[in-house]
Amino acid sequence: MTRTEFWQGNTACAEGALAAGCNFFGGYPITPSTEVAELMAAKMPKKGGVFIQMEDEIASMASIIGAAWTGARSMTATSGPGFSLMMENIGYAVMTETPCVVVNVQRGGPSTGQPTMAAQGDMMQVRFGSQGDYAIIALCPASVQEMYELTAKAFNLADQYRVPVFLMADEIVGHMREKIIIPDSMAKTPRKALVKGTLPFKPDADLVPGFPQFGKGYGVHVTGLTHDERGYPCTTNPKLHEALVRRLVDKIESARHAIADFDIINPDARQVFIAYGAPVRTVQQVMHDRPDKNIGFLRLRTVWPFPEYALAEFKNAKCFLMPELNLGQMAREVERHVRVPVVNIQKLGGELHTPAELVAALEAHR
Amino acid sequence: MTFDDWYRQDRLPHIFCAGCGNGTIINCTLAAVDQMGWKKDDTVFVSGIGCSSRAPGYIVTDSLHTTHGRAIAFATGVKMANPDLNVVVFTGDGDLAAIGGNHFIHACRRNIDLTVVCMNNQIYGMTGGQGSPTTPRGCFSTTTPTGCVEMPFDLCELAIAAGANYVSRWTSYHVKELEKAVKVGLETPGFSFIEALVQCPTAFGRRNKFRQVADHVEYLRAHSLLKAKRDRLIEAGEAVPDDMFVVGELARRKRPALGVKP
Repeated sequence: MTRTEFWQGNTACAEGALAAGCNFFGGYPITPSTEVAELMAAKMPKKGGVFIQMEDEIASMASIIGAAWTGARSMTATSGPGFSLMMENIGYAVMTETPCVVVNVQRGGPSTGQPTMAAQGDMMQVRFGSQGDYAIIALCPASVQEMYELTAKAFNLADQYRVPVFLMADEIVGHMREKIIIPDSMAKTPRKALVKGTLPFKPDADLVPGFPQFGKGYGVHVTGLTHDERGYPCTTNPKLHEALVRRLVDKIESARHAIADFDIINPDARQVFIAYGAPVRTVQQVMHDRPDKNIGFLRLRTVWPFPEYALAEFKNAKCFLMPELNLGQMAREVERHVRVPVVNIQKLGGELHTPAELVAALEAHR
Repeated sequence: MTFDDWYRQDRLPHIFCAGCGNGTIINCTLAAVDQMGWKKDDTVFVSGIGCSSRAPGYIVTDSLHTTHGRAIAFATGVKMANPDLNVVVFTGDGDLAAIGGNHFIHACRRNIDLTVVCMNNQIYGMTGGQGSPTTPRGCFSTTTPTGCVEMPFDLCELAIAAGANYVSRWTSYHVKELEKAVKVGLETPGFSFIEALVQCPTAFGRRNKFRQVADHVEYLRAHSLLKAKRDRLIEAGEAVPDDMFVVGELARRKRPALGVKP
């Protein structure tokens, strides 16, 4: 029996996490993500899980990594300033291959910026914000429904690839209320356990090692230092370091077809919108108002790893139009992969593009 | 002491310098853990960054060697998610009191059921001898080349004020006392903090006129003031020398605790 609700995006995020079996939430209050923590505080204990309000976002990120090693499906939620603080331990989660979910309800930056207004200014930070070379998975919801579904999906991806997975929402999606249909249950990908007797950081064919959960007799040493397959620090062997970092990147990049989640509308179009998150809604409005086979749409839910092969589906594209609530962070990524012009329709200030602004861009680049 | 079983033999030799006091503290801690009868499968060691934080890498149990200063925040996640696990944190003065100061006081306030053993060598050893928040006034380090002018932290007073259930301080000279103190810490529900002053010949001793390791250990011994003696001095209205470390059991109480095994 599915049911229908009228929810705020942040509510849907917390409910989606609970439906996915999230049983540990460590967080710190920050606008505009606080509702996620509030709902977790109210509901998590009733489901036998743990909610803890940490002293800052550094500690929040640390706590969910610690919890993950005991087998928990763990999550935190934050916004820009907190996200910046989390960068240190996000790198640790990548290096130690700790599955966990981080929700970033993006607001206007830099610094404290616009706490109550939307932005997509952290799209590069999520990909490159912690030191060193690495890869992560980032999903962008554009509706309350997707806040629910993509949060649940984030847990499965985290467990499958043993990597922190980011739900890169924004204040608009986080705070808007709309209809949501709650499915009966969510598919749950189990975390692949380490086969006893196998080295704890020896990868399988999918480049992902089995998970040696704490308390199960594995006796695993987990370190953020460069480590060998035993998990022991091994910091001065150039070949070993390169092999480790390449594997951490390759396990995500080589799976980008499997991780990809996007819709293609009008693949024969000459002008093609690309959007993720809240700007998807403005593009949808424009396409609804102007039914035209020559206006295409690549609507991304998976933003990292970037599904560059989707761009090739638009064989007649003369230009790509990218409305973003930033100064063109993902447009730069698209430019790397196409030969036609990429028109970056920038928007700062916290509000959505108006349909008229997108129409004007269509006309200007016809 | 029976601590040998807890070491990963395939990780030896270790990285600690000749004469380092950390091994003494790790031995004392493992001896106390062993006396608790804890199973290796149910015990987790967590640490941050620094010399002391390398300890869990040499222990056979599950262990988490985390980021600088954050060990207690990670340990909080481990303990809250699975209170059946016994969680012990190894840390140092820089890791705990400088970059990790906020996590330390909040864990004391929550009174979460962890045992934290701080190897206080009064210097940043791993990075080559910079001044730390516990470097005594007048002491030399690479960042206090004319002598430290700042006041040091009293970590135990900090833990007591912040709410820890059990607090004690000893030195690498007081191995029997330290082992007992760690054991009481492990037994006490809630946050237990054991500070162990240690010699660091490489980074501290050689810049501060301790020509031999034993000179530094003797200094720690000679400058230890038993809490009972300190209390008698205060009672008699006499001055407590300010170059002495008060050692002994400094707090033992039963404040409500978090994350205690049900």
